[in-house]
Amino acid sequence: MISLAGRDILHSWGKFIFTGMGLGLLIGITLSMAGIYRGMVDDAKVLLDNSGADLWVVQENTLGPYAEPSSIYDDIWRGISGMPGVAQAANITYLTMQVRRESGDVRAMVAGITPGGPGIPGWPPFLVAGRQITRSHYEAVADIASGLKIGERIKLRRNHYTVVGMTRRMVSSNGDPMIFIPLKDAQEAQFLKDNDAIWAQRRRTAENPAFNRPGVPGLLDAIIASQSINPYVNAVLVRVEKGHDPEDVAESIRRWKRLTVYTRSQMEEILVGKLIATAAKQIFMFLVILSLVSSAIVAFIIYTLTMGKIREIAVLKLIGTKNRTIIGLIMQQSIALGLIGFVVGKISATLLMAPIFPKYVLLEPLDSAIGLVAVIIICVLSSIVAIRAALKVDPAEAIGG
Amino acid sequence: MSGKGIQITGLKKRYGRGDTAVYALKKVDMYVAPGEVVGLIGPSGSGKTTLLKCLGAVIEPTAGRMILGDDVIYDDGWKVKDLRALRRDRIGFVFQAPYLIPFLDVTDNVALLPMLAGVPNSQSRKRARELFKALDVEHRAEAMPSQLSGGEQQRVAIARGLVNHPPVILADEPTAPLDSQRALAVIRILNHMARKFETAIIVVTHDEKIIPTFKRIYHIRDGVTYEEAGQGRDLE
Ligand SMILES: Nc1ncnc2c1ncn2[C@@H]1O[C@H](COP(=O)(O)OP(=O)(O)OP(=O)(O)O)[C@@H](O)[C@H]1O
Ligand SMILES: [Mg+2]
Repeated sequence: MISLAGRDILHSWGKFIFTGMGLGLLIGITLSMAGIYRGMVDDAKVLLDNSGADLWVVQENTLGPYAEPSSIYDDIWRGISGMPGVAQAANITYLTMQVRRESGDVRAMVAGITPGGPGIPGWPPFLVAGRQITRSHYEAVADIASGLKIGERIKLRRNHYTVVGMTRRMVSSNGDPMIFIPLKDAQEAQFLKDNDAIWAQRRRTAENPAFNRPGVPGLLDAIIASQSINPYVNAVLVRVEKGHDPEDVAESIRRWKRLTVYTRSQMEEILVGKLIATAAKQIFMFLVILSLVSSAIVAFIIYTLTMGKIREIAVLKLIGTKNRTIIGLIMQQSIALGLIGFVVGKISATLLMAPIFPKYVLLEPLDSAIGLVAVIIICVLSSIVAIRAALKVDPAEAIGG
Repeated sequence: MSGKGIQITGLKKRYGRGDTAVYALKKVDMYVAPGEVVGLIGPSGSGKTTLLKCLGAVIEPTAGRMILGDDVIYDDGWKVKDLRALRRDRIGFVFQAPYLIPFLDVTDNVALLPMLAGVPNSQSRKRARELFKALDVEHRAEAMPSQLSGGEQQRVAIARGLVNHPPVILADEPTAPLDSQRALAVIRILNHMARKFETAIIVVTHDEKIIPTFKRIYHIRDGVTYEEAGQGRDLE
């Protein structure tokens, strides 16, 4: 027995390739959507990995520092460093902002890192070019995704920074590139008031009789000085000593101060489960819609193809072809169309969509496998309408009147 | 009368029910011996196609009796379970239009029938090619149907009707699209095949060119058949 479906496809291969390509672009978009979700999860994990931390110490009852604002005093880390099981503790600030460069600006997550050098939690673990920050002010290390170049000068709030090093895949959970600057600069950038506001605050402080007491010289100056510094950071990153359970260390920090401490898995849960949850739901909705649209298209194409050879099907029935063979003819064509679409979709997602998409698109082999199975199921289901129409055809139609 | 060939007695066919019922066949009696080609002639709407459809097990008659070879296939109800297998193995169809499968080449259009019956591909194709030799389309065996002339297509369609060596061939206006020479050629082939394979052939036709070639003719009027001797003009 010969394959009727195969012969039909070979005979009208142009039609199949063409519709397969159209379907393929749709499947490509679907695969890319899944890839975008995987990319977001991966961005979140990379962010946590690259921070070099085992524990995140944040303001009590917040989901900081990534999913909610958190601010704690910048001297808390000292107490934490001395606790048993803690290898290293370091302050960190995160601030997502527009970073101005000579031409235009770029959205980035600016991390303020504790001076010291690589190895301290929060520092980029490796560079692809240039050097780490060595001075305590006005140097920056930027991710290449920002488009910045070594030696370029950028402006954060009121100060200029020189880019001295480049990282790769250092991104926020939104996919924004990260820029690392010294902690002190970052604290200033985060809480800096403009000149008018500083003057206004000084005037108000000076006018307040409680602060400006004639009998207490130096009080006003001390108060104004304390107002102009920022003693806050967003979180303390903690590296746990080998051989200690991070959860035990977290528990002792929680007992010590009114602070919330997250372990790596809890942090991942916050990022994936809360921060990108809405985006994930949107993507899921798109996946559902795209699957429905793909099914409708496959169903329509297969129905049209079948209707186009309804006379041949009547002849096949008249000369004694079994229903099974006719069902096979239609279903195999549907699956073939799906396979062409899948191959085109996979190729276009890998070579076309992922590279140009402005977000990290992670195409997992498992997702492709699921996609392939889904495509085949969709194609089988979509061919049902056409199969029903074909089975209803009266072989008498082949004889005519 | 021998037990072979086609034997129809008292066949009736009613379309629809009640007020809208149409008696397309009222009383059909017919016998076609193996190796014989008979003409079935009648005005439009007289029931010719209906009769072929009943005989071809494509629609169900309302009453009567049909015998195919040694088997009663209908006796006030089907006596055969698998009508598709019956059609595949024992009835050859030749239509007014060839209705070849456009995505199969000429050989496979014909070889498909034995293949459907479970004959291996190579053997099925061999059978098809043997018929092409007899039908003079050998040189077109590799072509696609769309590359054939109307007459060539019709001859391939005839090969398809013959390839399973069915005891019965039903042809509905097989010569309508052909010129008189080609029409006579088709009738010649049918007569030749009927003799060679002991096939009983019924040819429905309006075609004045071929009517004189039948030795026996059945006239059908208002669903009733009348037998008549034909001229039986020599075809050679
Ligand atoms: N499916 C049907 N339902 C109802 N009536 C039908 C049906 N098919 C045929 N008829 C009627 O049965 C009668 C016989 O029809 P049939 O098609 O057998 O005629 P015919 O001899 O083949 O005519 P023609 O030479 O025009 O092809 C006609 O009156 C026709 O209207
Ligand atoms: Mg008719």
